[in-house]
Amino acid sequence: MITALLAKVFGRLPIGWLQLRHNLTRLVTAVGGVTFANVLIFMQLGFMNALFETSVMTHRMLDAEVIVASSDFRSMREANPMPRSRAWQAMTIEGVEDVIPMYLGQMFWTNPLTDDTTQFRVIGVDPDQQVFTVPKLQAQLSQLREPDTALVDRKTRDFDPEIEQQLAKGERLEIEMSGRRLTLIGMFAQGASFADDGSLIVSDQTFLRLFPQRKPGTPTLLLLKTDPSWKPETLAATINQQFPEADAKAFSKSAFIDAEQSYQARQTPIGFVFGFGVAIGLVVGLVIVYQVLSTDVQDHLSEYATFKAMGYAPRFFLSVVFEEALCLAALGFIPGFLITNVLYVIAAKVTSLPIEMPWSRPLFVFVLTAVMCTASGAIATRRLNSADPADLF
Amino acid sequence: MTSTKSINEPTMATTAKDSPSSIEAKGLCHSFGEGDTKVQVLHGVEFSIRRGEVIILMGPSGSGKTTVLTLVGCLRSVQEGSVQLLGEELNGASETTLTQMRRRLGFIFQAHNLHESLTAAQNVGMGLEVHGIRGEAAWRPASERVLELVGLGERIDFLPEKLSGGQKQRVAVARALVGNPEIIFADEPTAALDKKTSKQVVSLLRRLADERQTTVLMVTHDHRVLDVADRILMMEDGRIVEEKSTSESIEIPQ
Ligand SMILES: Nc1ncnc2c1ncn2[C@@H]1O[C@H](COP(=O)(O)OP(=O)(O)OP(=O)(O)O)[C@@H](O)[C@H]1O
Ligand SMILES: [Mg+2]
Repeated sequence: MITALLAKVFGRLPIGWLQLRHNLTRLVTAVGGVTFANVLIFMQLGFMNALFETSVMTHRMLDAEVIVASSDFRSMREANPMPRSRAWQAMTIEGVEDVIPMYLGQMFWTNPLTDDTTQFRVIGVDPDQQVFTVPKLQAQLSQLREPDTALVDRKTRDFDPEIEQQLAKGERLEIEMSGRRLTLIGMFAQGASFADDGSLIVSDQTFLRLFPQRKPGTPTLLLLKTDPSWKPETLAATINQQFPEADAKAFSKSAFIDAEQSYQARQTPIGFVFGFGVAIGLVVGLVIVYQVLSTDVQDHLSEYATFKAMGYAPRFFLSVVFEEALCLAALGFIPGFLITNVLYVIAAKVTSLPIEMPWSRPLFVFVLTAVMCTASGAIATRRLNSADPADLF
Repeated sequence: MTSTKSINEPTMATTAKDSPSSIEAKGLCHSFGEGDTKVQVLHGVEFSIRRGEVIILMGPSGSGKTTVLTLVGCLRSVQEGSVQLLGEELNGASETTLTQMRRRLGFIFQAHNLHESLTAAQNVGMGLEVHGIRGEAAWRPASERVLELVGLGERIDFLPEKLSGGQKQRVAVARALVGNPEIIFADEPTAALDKKTSKQVVSLLRRLADERQTTVLMVTHDHRVLDVADRILMMEDGRIVEEKSTSESIEIPQ
């Protein structure tokens, strides 16, 4: 079946495939190598994307078209507060309907029962405002009017199952955090990121009590609700022009997400580390496939020399080697893809990271694999020159 | 070119060229190695072979027979002298020209050099795909006919590992014949064959020469097959030293 298919594709007897099939050990080695490289690449991409995705999970939940942050904004985690006067200024701009301040901070909590320390991103918002796009979460916000209460992320990394059970039953739970009592009154689902184990949502008043060093009226972000007839990008540009001192910067929501992701990709070593992992995967695959293809060429030199004597031109031999490379790419990719799907489920469970398979990734990895195998093939074809028909007699 | 026609189609392979000569070598010299290690092995080889002739090249080991065959068979570049093959000058010919010329030739090597991953029919089919007859359906009938011709009608879909040495050699012969070549070059083609098969193979070559005007240039030490030749060229130390007709050849001392 494969033979017939390849015969159609290449318009000739698929010698490369027949050759590979003839030596099963070699075929299995090569396919195993490609599969291994594939799984490695898939896992690296999975983790890398999860990093980028987790870093913007809070961003995605924000119910705003335009977001204003301090002008040196790079990442939500490191964002500096800005003067509240910017909020009033933003209100005066045409197209802006409402401005909601948001406070952000990091805080550790040690569970006295297990001694586990959790790092929370603490989000302080006005409980009377429409802040989040997630209806289930938004519905709980009004409960935060009660001072010193909080909603906790049930997908927090290593979240104590007992706490989860208790909250799920509707009971409250009092915890101590940086010397203050805080009552957990509900849960929402967001998930851990590489930087934080989970999130905690409180009212702006509670936030200021938790972070006494933060002055009131210095929010981290301003969420702008805008008139739908305005394009968020245009509005963001207008706002940037109107702020006299360059201490704040407006983004459309998607630009805000992009800014965070590109910071994670370029400024943190993690993007580099995973990119490096992908490169290692490619090199491993390249070496194995090259090894197999060049031995295969070596083993068939006298047959190739015979074909040369029969009048086959050099490009015929190139196409045979590339045919082999493509067969290996395809045969290695299929098990690699299947194994990866299983590993993604396991890894997502273990790490609480949103490791998922977007439709475009298999395509991307297959193209990478094909390029890798073709490159190996291209190096292996150098040996073809030693097939000299004059040596046959 | 009629080379794409299968061997047992009734049409005669009459590539009517102006010149009746098929191979013409003049002052052919050849050296191996460079500088100090340079050794000249051919010293002005001259011969002329007409279309449809069966010529046997004989001579002691190391006299240069194989070298002559690779030169006139477009497998090596001509260094000095002239070779006219089917009206084309090979001295100075480009690699592309040589590749194209090879498609009009058939080679039978001492070793069969069959592709181990291909069946007998596929190995023979490779001799047709090079002429643009692509796809198993296209070359299968011709491949089967030629295999039957060499007595392997029962072994068409066998891999080489399932064939005896003689059978493999006959597949190789079939592969050389299937493209209906204008000239066949053979270097000790019968060395691996028993007496009966040797006879079959050489008489097949003889028949091709008679019916198709195929030229055959064969190197052999096998005295059992000398009678098929029209002429016998004797080589010694890189020169053609003698030419015999077939009747004389029988008296060649063993
Ligand atoms: N590739 C090569 N490199 C160097 N010398 C070579 C090469 N091929 C052949 N020779 C030398 O050229 C000379 C002629 O070799 P050739 O193979 O043509 O002889 P031959 O007549 O075919 O001999 P035999 O009957 O043993 O096959 C020999 O001395 C041989 O050692
Ligand atoms: Mg020889």
